[in-house]
Amino acid sequence: MSHVPHPRPCGDFRTTYSDDTSLFRTKVEGYAVYLGIFALLFAPLVFNDFYISQMILIGIYAIAALGLNVLVGFTGQISLGHSAFFGFGAFASAWLNNTTGIPVFICIPLAGLMTTAIGMIFGIPAARLKGLYLAIATLASQFILQDFFSRADWFSGGAYGSAAEVVNFLGIDLDTDQKYFYLVLFWVVVSFLAVSNLRRSRDGRALVAVRDHYLSAEIMGINLTRYRIMSFGVSSFFAGLGGALYAHYLQYVSVEGFTILLSIQFLAMIIIGGLGSVSGSLLGAIFILLLPQFMEEIASSAAVVFEGIEQSKAYIKEMSVGAVIILFLIFEPEGLIHRWRLIRASWKLYPFSH
Amino acid sequence: MVQSGDMLLEANGINLRFGGIRALTDVSFSVRKGEVFSIIGPNGAGKTSMLNCISGRYKPQEGEIIYRGKNLIGRSINDRAAMGIGRTFQNLALFSHMSVLDNIMVGRHHLLKNNFFTGMLYWIGGARKEELSHRRDVEDIIDFLEIQHVRNEPAGTLSYGLRKRVELARAIAINPDLILLDEPMAGMNLEEKEDMARYILDLNEELGVTVVMIEHDMGVVMDISNRVMVLDFGKKIAEGLPDEVMENEHVKHAYLGEEDDLLHDEEAEAVAL
Ligand SMILES: Nc1ncnc2c1ncn2[C@@H]1O[C@H](COP(=O)(O)OP(=O)(O)OP(=O)(O)O)[C@@H](O)[C@H]1O
Ligand SMILES: [Mg+2]
Repeated sequence: MSHVPHPRPCGDFRTTYSDDTSLFRTKVEGYAVYLGIFALLFAPLVFNDFYISQMILIGIYAIAALGLNVLVGFTGQISLGHSAFFGFGAFASAWLNNTTGIPVFICIPLAGLMTTAIGMIFGIPAARLKGLYLAIATLASQFILQDFFSRADWFSGGAYGSAAEVVNFLGIDLDTDQKYFYLVLFWVVVSFLAVSNLRRSRDGRALVAVRDHYLSAEIMGINLTRYRIMSFGVSSFFAGLGGALYAHYLQYVSVEGFTILLSIQFLAMIIIGGLGSVSGSLLGAIFILLLPQFMEEIASSAAVVFEGIEQSKAYIKEMSVGAVIILFLIFEPEGLIHRWRLIRASWKLYPFSH
Repeated sequence: MVQSGDMLLEANGINLRFGGIRALTDVSFSVRKGEVFSIIGPNGAGKTSMLNCISGRYKPQEGEIIYRGKNLIGRSINDRAAMGIGRTFQNLALFSHMSVLDNIMVGRHHLLKNNFFTGMLYWIGGARKEELSHRRDVEDIIDFLEIQHVRNEPAGTLSYGLRKRVELARAIAINPDLILLDEPMAGMNLEEKEDMARYILDLNEELGVTVVMIEHDMGVVMDISNRVMVLDFGKKIAEGLPDEVMENEHVKHAYLGEEDDLLHDEEAEAVAL
């Protein structure tokens, strides 16, 4: 080879168009993900209940965060009401199952579809509003839905909340964390594949085009109103799906869980994970769920050494969670996924990385 | 006279006002199928406004724009692509966080059939097949404009000249019959300008695309246009073959900045109204 016009990083062996559109940048990365999913199949045999329950919650929040990332990361819109859609999915699945008797296994995705419809209705202001104005409009959807949950006894059981049946799959009750884990893993894989596929096909590209330059997107034939509202729909689907999985995991749904605090946590997940990054949504969910526990551990260990702080352990924990998030935003504004890409780039260009 | 059947685009009596500003006053012109039609004029003459009327961004208060026998005014902007009208912008308007490839693929939007649902299924339902077949067309465009080496780069990281080229590529991906170019060579060095002029000519001659172009570089305009229209203060002051237009007294005045009593009197009247 005398002349290499455009060197590619080693490990990047994409030579056909179909390779070029593949889900993973390198074969190795693809194998690592497949291997990881395969290894997770054995997790319930290896880890104790506590770890499994943490993984279930991470999976559920990651699905919802993924949905929010379609809205915020792909389309560049904003929602302060994501947890209300999460809650709607939770109630909808329980309600659907309790009133119609459709098996829970089916109710879960159906609840996602019902939430899609609700999300699109609450997304209508997005056709007109942007930025802070849209943020306020979505804040209204948060409060309207929250109010609906506490009043609509027929739907949500009102102040008492409603019972959500155990998922039964082919005669097996998924009534332990170990069994439920597989259901969540299934939906995590399906959701992340679906959104990755969306990103590399027509309508996902259109969403990103709307974010980057809506005037030229329009000239390319993209109907802005349609895509802005559809983005709310898709985002709400995953919120609703996550919510439904949450409901049948706890087997009980009550209105207290779905406040604006959770909406903000979803936002924190995607900002810390990486806006617009599919895998970043998972990283962000892991980070936001585990950070408080990690800080709790640190505060407790510190309290053993410095007995004086035993009293204020709880504050120290809360404050350090906040501090870590702030430091994170300052030093890693593009999210965890960006750090990962830098690491990957330094491997791939080895030994030319410097 | 050319028969009206040969006309691809006809603007009749376009008047566009922004409050008290008259951006376009009674502008009429027509563009023949297969020609390179340039719009020139000093800054603020209303050239971009004219393109915006065609592409639907602005809605003139009076007048009609007939494209292939249909009035464009009142149609939504996102219909333009399917009608075969593509455009580039004076200020760069790429999707800067998307790769060059994705930028150009967005140009195929109206030709693609898949939706949110089939897109998510990708392998089932044909999204993958469709992506790959359009990808081949997009690669042809990439070869045509010689931007292979940046195809996977985020568009926002490219040099100015390359970005202009990617914008042209994206507009070509629409499969346009008519392409509107707003200062495609602004801010380029001589070599880049020559390349761009060649691409525009090839586009016109090989792909048969009709070109309406705004350009300040007179050399380029003289070289590649079939006909030229001159706007000044929102009015058409000349139209014709490039040489004719350059000889026109009004044009000389407009460009040399000399007093042109005739026009300025009218302008004063217009403002007074
Ligand atoms: N959206 C708008 N609102 C108000 N005035 C406008 C608007 N768009 C254009 N104008 C005015 O219309 C006139 C023509 O502007 P236009 O951008 O069409 O000029 P141009 O010929 O493209 O100039 P340039 O060579 O500088 O690009 C200017 O006086 C401009 O200020
Ligand atoms: Mg202009």
